[in-house]
Amino acid sequence: MIPSDLLYMVSHEWVRVTDQEALVGITDFAQCQLGDITFIELPSVGDAVEQGGEMGSIESVKAASELNSPVSGTVTEVNAELDGAPEKINQDPYGAGWMIRVRLSVPPQGLLSPEEYKAIAECNDE
Amino acid sequence: MPYIPHTPNEQRRMLDVVGIPDMDALFAEIPKTLRPKSFDLPEGLGEHEVMRHLETLADKNNTRLVGFLGAGFYDHAIPAAVDFLTSRGEFATAYTPYQPEASQGSLQAIFEYQTAVCRLLDMEYANASVYDGGTALYEAMMMAVRHTKRRKIVVDECVNPIYRRMLDCYTSNLHLEMIVVAHREGGSDLKALSAAVDTDTAAIIVQNPNFFGVLEDFTGLFTHARSQGALNIISVYPLMQAVLKTPGAMGADIATAEGQSLGLPLSFGGPYLGMMACAKALIRQMPGRIVGRTTDAQGRTGYVLTLQAREQHIRRQKATSNICSNQALCALRAIVFLCLMGPRGLANTATHCSELAHYAARRLLKLPGAKLLSQRPFANEFALVLPKPAYHVMDRLTRRGFLPGFPLGRYYPGLENVLLIACTEKNTREDIGILKELLGGAL
Repeated sequence: MIPSDLLYMVSHEWVRVTDQEALVGITDFAQCQLGDITFIELPSVGDAVEQGGEMGSIESVKAASELNSPVSGTVTEVNAELDGAPEKINQDPYGAGWMIRVRLSVPPQGLLSPEEYKAIAECNDE
Repeated sequence: MPYIPHTPNEQRRMLDVVGIPDMDALFAEIPKTLRPKSFDLPEGLGEHEVMRHLETLADKNNTRLVGFLGAGFYDHAIPAAVDFLTSRGEFATAYTPYQPEASQGSLQAIFEYQTAVCRLLDMEYANASVYDGGTALYEAMMMAVRHTKRRKIVVDECVNPIYRRMLDCYTSNLHLEMIVVAHREGGSDLKALSAAVDTDTAAIIVQNPNFFGVLEDFTGLFTHARSQGALNIISVYPLMQAVLKTPGAMGADIATAEGQSLGLPLSFGGPYLGMMACAKALIRQMPGRIVGRTTDAQGRTGYVLTLQAREQHIRRQKATSNICSNQALCALRAIVFLCLMGPRGLANTATHCSELAHYAARRLLKLPGAKLLSQRPFANEFALVLPKPAYHVMDRLTRRGFLPGFPLGRYYPGLENVLLIACTEKNTREDIGILKELLGGAL
């Protein structure tokens, strides 16, 4: 499941860019590989994030990993629904499981198209 | 006899496998100047000769001193059952389990220990312990730095100076701003502490009873620090927590303690027990192991190492700390001790020690020129100002078989004449009477 209206990172984050804003989450492939997600650490509203830079971390019953920001800008909203209910990321990674909203400082460069990401996600799936 | 288990033959085979001619070639990377020219090892001794040698050395220790020395470590009585139960082979020989869930007994003991720590300190979560009270305090401070993403720390000078040196040492390359707020006649300067906390402050660190034995209530200070977004960290004396206002009741976010007073003997540097407990919101920042209770597929109770994603073996360099282990045997002593004492036993002991210390203070204040450093309430320890240097007095009394206390001048310039005196249930009123006579003679 790789929505065609999103852009992607090699590290399995997705981003929906609209005008000066971006919504960020992790892909269905990522949540599937992680298994049951138990905890997520996100930046706070007002924090600056940088494309490719660490923006938080995610823990599952299997592993802990860093989250990387696919865009540069300032965090304007954090999905408060995930606080205490990180399983929403498993259930609906592209919807209720979104993580942060960012006001872009510069347009993101070099993100993967759905087709390009599909090749990676499938390759990793072996 | 060489203390190397490999025979020359085995060494030769290993060198051949590696593909080098001899041992010198193996160590060629190490500059010659750094290699010892020889090892000055004496010839071996027979078993009875070794025993005799060690006994002669041991005889140089004086283990029969009547002690009033506290300063963070206290000579409390330890029920014989603590030694008996903890020396059982199942506990005493077990190393940190690398397949932890196979060691249900060890995990259950740690779980019970954590539960007792939470109840004693009135906090939500406790870990399986860290190395000692100072390490626990450092780890608590770093929890606050990570949680608040701030780098300024306000430390009360009334916090154990040894712990403060550990904080300084551990943080010397971490670019933290440490603000030490001076004590006022042995008490915490609550106004100055309050004024030092601002919206850049990660944590405020205090101690109760403080290093001078003075009892403090930090509730107001903690409320103010919280309003600035700082975390409240308090180091306590666990045995005294049975009767004192708890860290939880004061509004602490993290409580730490040196657990030695809970069934661990005094020893020169340890092993001791670092107790740590925190509010639920901080649990993922807490280092060390945490044992959880759960049910298996058949619904039976089982114990697990939980929240391991914080830890070094899962999270590598991003781990909350390099502490992945715990002081299992020391923690076991603490839980056995706490179970034997029970809440009432602990409270009785704490009260008894405090009453003795107040009796001692009354007696010693009759000495000419003696006065208390602080007029504030104390429990089982107090700082007595003498008309002479405390070191001088200590030297005189040690030769008479009495350890009268801890000379504060070592860590607090200006307090060279002050002796910190502690009482435990092992002291008697007779001891105190003799202490008074000996002190009087030395002044």
